Amino acid sequence: MIEFVDLTKRYGKFTAVDHLTLHVPAQGAVALWGVNGAGKTTVIKCLLGLLRFEGQITVDGCDVRRQGRAARQRIGYVPQELAFYKEMTTFDMAEFYARLKGAPRTHIAPVLEQVGLAEHQAKAVGALSGGMKQRLALGLALLADPPVLVMDEPTSNLDTAARSQLLQLLTQVKQAGKTIVFTSHRIEEVETLADDVAVMEQGRLQFVCPSSALAQRIGLRTQVKFVVPGDQLDHALAILRDDGLAVRRNGVGVIVDVAHGEKARPIHVLGRADIEVIDFEME
Amino acid sequence: MKIVWPIAQKELRDALHNRWFLLYTIAFIGLSLALSYMSLAGAGIAGFAGFGRTAASLINLVLLIIPLMALTVGAQSLAQEQEQGTLAYLLAQPVTRIEVFAGKYLGLALSLLASLGLGFGIAGVVLALASGAGSPLAYVSLVWQTFLLSLTMLSVGFLVSALTKRSGVAIGIGLFLWLTFVFLGDLGLMGTAITMRLPVEQLLWLSLLNPLQVFKMASILDINATLDLLGPAGIYAMQEYGEQLRGVFLALTAFWIVVPALAAYVRFHLRGDL
Repeated sequence: MIEFVDLTKRYGKFTAVDHLTLHVPAQGAVALWGVNGAGKTTVIKCLLGLLRFEGQITVDGCDVRRQGRAARQRIGYVPQELAFYKEMTTFDMAEFYARLKGAPRTHIAPVLEQVGLAEHQAKAVGALSGGMKQRLALGLALLADPPVLVMDEPTSNLDTAARSQLLQLLTQVKQAGKTIVFTSHRIEEVETLADDVAVMEQGRLQFVCPSSALAQRIGLRTQVKFVVPGDQLDHALAILRDDGLAVRRNGVGVIVDVAHGEKARPIHVLGRADIEVIDFEME
Repeated sequence: MKIVWPIAQKELRDALHNRWFLLYTIAFIGLSLALSYMSLAGAGIAGFAGFGRTAASLINLVLLIIPLMALTVGAQSLAQEQEQGTLAYLLAQPVTRIEVFAGKYLGLALSLLASLGLGFGIAGVVLALASGAGSPLAYVSLVWQTFLLSLTMLSVGFLVSALTKRSGVAIGIGLFLWLTFVFLGDLGLMGTAITMRLPVEQLLWLSLLNPLQVFKMASILDINATLDLLGPAGIYAMQEYGEQLRGVFLALTAFWIVVPALAAYVRFHLRGDL
């Protein structure tokens, strides 16, 4: 469905994307993973024809450079930074973009319903919450029912509740058979939505792997802080160390460095030693 | 037009909700009414002047307000949207840059037309009711020339907007150009003519480099049928070119509308990265 062939983007002497070749199959979901500055957003902008680039990108056979409109007709885009005309109402905004996309007016109401904004259609976009704006962005992207959904850090500016709501919606969209390309640096987002992950570093594609294997491939670790009774703190530190965990003291608790997928391990270790876990949090 | 028209409509709606735009319009209506009253009061007769006299008085008011209005809205057009990120989002839709550019230009041109229509319309109705004297043709002709002038300044504003990325910078350059066209152009021309003892022919053509001067001469010609009151350059122009002057003015105005707008589009198209 989407082909990146030898994609290179340079800003003067700086190479933001370096000879990226990637295939995204129809109905597949691929996440572009990497730290800030890895080149993920640049890839998305090239895909949308917003940047000049070397190499070739095709969407469903349409060359992004030469058939930009046709390529973008097949794409619904959810940006990282919400850039809306704040004075417009939600409905007017949807109507404006529906006209640009050639989507029938009758699509607006069901789409607003789908993203949970039917009750807010008369509200000015500037008055919507962050989560609502992001759902509106998703709704606008889906107006013309495009086969491809492209998202740039779709949940980066959302709180936990809004993120969970959006992820639920996106899961439904994925199940409806859309081809999805998105950038992210949140593991739970990638594991929920993506089939495969393309890991980028300094503009270069490092490797592509199934999303379930990402944490292990990149050695993703999490720090978990446990609060235990003060008189058992030293014992807890010793027990955890004996079990091979990297652990250090932190005030009234201990901080344990664990591999992704092993966050419950310290709880079991402490439980076996009859040490009560009063509280815990992940950092 | 499937894409151009919705964008133009959005621009038109935005402009009509823009406080500055409304302020310019209200100022223009108020001042044009005041001018029409004073133009006859100055002649010793109290009350509203007729259409012809009012049109002549309005030329100087138009020269001040309309370029400022058109230059500032034009200067904000692309730069503001780029700064806010809305331009990149718009261009990420199935649209082309020429459609976005044309839609924005058309929308702002229509909003200027609406503003001028409102300003001239209200003043015209009041004049017709208050005095009813004189031919409204001179007045209508001034409205037309003013609309053309607003398009020239809109095109220059678009060019400024396409060359800058920040709305504040674009407005600053727009204001500087307004000062140049309105004041510095006139003063500079006078100074150059005196110090270099320019022949009248060169003086005429130098002054025609300024689109505001073209507007002034075209409007006076329409109202007065001669440019004699502009002094030696006006007399020379009438003797040398006669009726051809209207064509010359129209061609120069078209040049100032088309060339900056075209240059703005080329720059917008070639800019590439957003």
